[in-house]
Amino acid sequence: MSLTVNIKKRLENFNLKVAFEAGNERMALLGTSGSGKSLTLKCIAGIEKPDSGQIVLDGQVLFDSQKGINLPPQKRRVGYLFQQYALFPNMTVEQNIACGMWQMTRAERQKAVAVMIERMKLNSHWKKRPAELSGGQQQRVALARILISCPKLLMLDEPFSALDSHLRWQLELELAETIKSYEGTTLLVSHKQDEVYRLSDSVCVLNDGSAEQKRPVKELFEAPSTMSECMILGINNISRARTVDDYTIEAIDWGTRLCTGKAVPTGISHIAVKEEDLVFANGEVTNKIKCQVDQVIEDVSSTLLMLSTPGGDSGSSRLQLRMPKTPGMKLGKSDRLNLHIDPARVMTFNR
Amino acid sequence: MELFPLFNSIRIAIISTIAVFFLGIFSAYYISRANRLVKGFLDVILTLPLVLPPTVVGYLIIRALGPNHPVGIFFQDLFGIKLILVWWSAIFATMIVSFPLMYRTARGAFESFDETLAYSGQTLGLSNAFIFWRIRMPYCRQGILAGTVLAFARALGEFGATIMVAGYIPGKTATIATTVYHFWRINNDEMAMRWVLINIAISAVALIAINIFEKRNLTIRTKNAS
Repeated sequence: MSLTVNIKKRLENFNLKVAFEAGNERMALLGTSGSGKSLTLKCIAGIEKPDSGQIVLDGQVLFDSQKGINLPPQKRRVGYLFQQYALFPNMTVEQNIACGMWQMTRAERQKAVAVMIERMKLNSHWKKRPAELSGGQQQRVALARILISCPKLLMLDEPFSALDSHLRWQLELELAETIKSYEGTTLLVSHKQDEVYRLSDSVCVLNDGSAEQKRPVKELFEAPSTMSECMILGINNISRARTVDDYTIEAIDWGTRLCTGKAVPTGISHIAVKEEDLVFANGEVTNKIKCQVDQVIEDVSSTLLMLSTPGGDSGSSRLQLRMPKTPGMKLGKSDRLNLHIDPARVMTFNR
Repeated sequence: MELFPLFNSIRIAIISTIAVFFLGIFSAYYISRANRLVKGFLDVILTLPLVLPPTVVGYLIIRALGPNHPVGIFFQDLFGIKLILVWWSAIFATMIVSFPLMYRTARGAFESFDETLAYSGQTLGLSNAFIFWRIRMPYCRQGILAGTVLAFARALGEFGATIMVAGYIPGKTATIATTVYHFWRINNDEMAMRWVLINIAISAVALIAINIFEKRNLTIRTKNAS
């Protein structure tokens, strides 16, 4: 099973430009809302028509602007789990699951539906209508309805956004099981990095309509390589940078020079460091940043320090440091402190 | 009492409602998806009969279908059918006058439809016809039913355009509305009153039917939501 997407679409104030290939894997599209994730899924499903490009699923051309091919959604064999599940409100659970199987005989259909109902643990809900079900049950009906026709591709659009937060975890565990037993490509769309980390093998970051290179999930989280990847991962400690020598870089906004673990690649413009990789300097001489506390923010389970640095403009915090809550912490506004970054933890990239 | 007007009125209203049901739904469906310019233009044209005096509608029908005008001549010559001053002439009048009621309520219903349901139907392999009749129409049934009943009630009560195109011929083109007018003109108060009461009764039943249906829908919805 494989999926190749290379499409462009122009809307009024928005340009979509997405290209990736996915094998038999769990892939994710990660991006903020309005970055074009759902639009990409709609193009693959055939609900929206791209202006140009190609979509190939399993060797079958679904869309090709040059050859003039544009299969209707009905013929694409693409499973699409919509954000609000889009169950048909006038049909029972059983009818919702069965309706796509109209080409089967009655007996075959009943059998297939029974198998799906069993598998999705919907046994006591056959005759209920969607409005009588909980959010989790609705999602299982929607999945059953999709999986019964064995689609070649399973697309999940923000599958947990319709749920209260205390229900999400249970449902994520269930969905992880379902995805695991599904033999084909899955494409998850999400704006939550932790969901993506747990549920996918590879990921493609989408930013304002354009897709970054697809890469393994672990690699993205270890070493984001563009500004937009840093942003979506919630890395706020970013500084403009200038190469000094093979293993030294000048962090302009932080007013210091830092050693790097790996040789500095050419053409570097920025460096970044995760909040958890900043530590208090304990006598280290190298890789130090002199900071001043701007603000101390109490978070749910940690304390966040907003820090300004020598290179930064006055009044704008250039670093954020997250630390465990410590009773009797003496740090307050305007206190000075030195921070240290492990050379191996310095992430360099080009904007 | 000669009951022909009752029979004729109901016959006209039923045929005209069936025609308006399909015409209204399909124009509502296609216009609700058209671009803004087309939508604005067609909307005005199709809603116009709602605000025009029925006499204007009647006059235009006579101009279009009368025996001295192209369409009228065509039907007369080819099929030997008269289009004016026969009982079915009233169908043209009631259709045009009641069409906007069906069209506007159906369009309102279609515009509130959650298009994602249609998309998900397509990705599930359902034909567009199935999606229209089994998903879109049931979803919008409340608005469509209300439109149908309103169109029926309006067709039943049409007078102005009907008297112009079908006239008042007892036993041939008389409807309830034209019969009331006839009896009032000849000072037969008792008969006029009888037909007035019949008309009020039928219209009241139609409106009660709408209310009952809406209430039932409401209880189903609240039951589902809880």
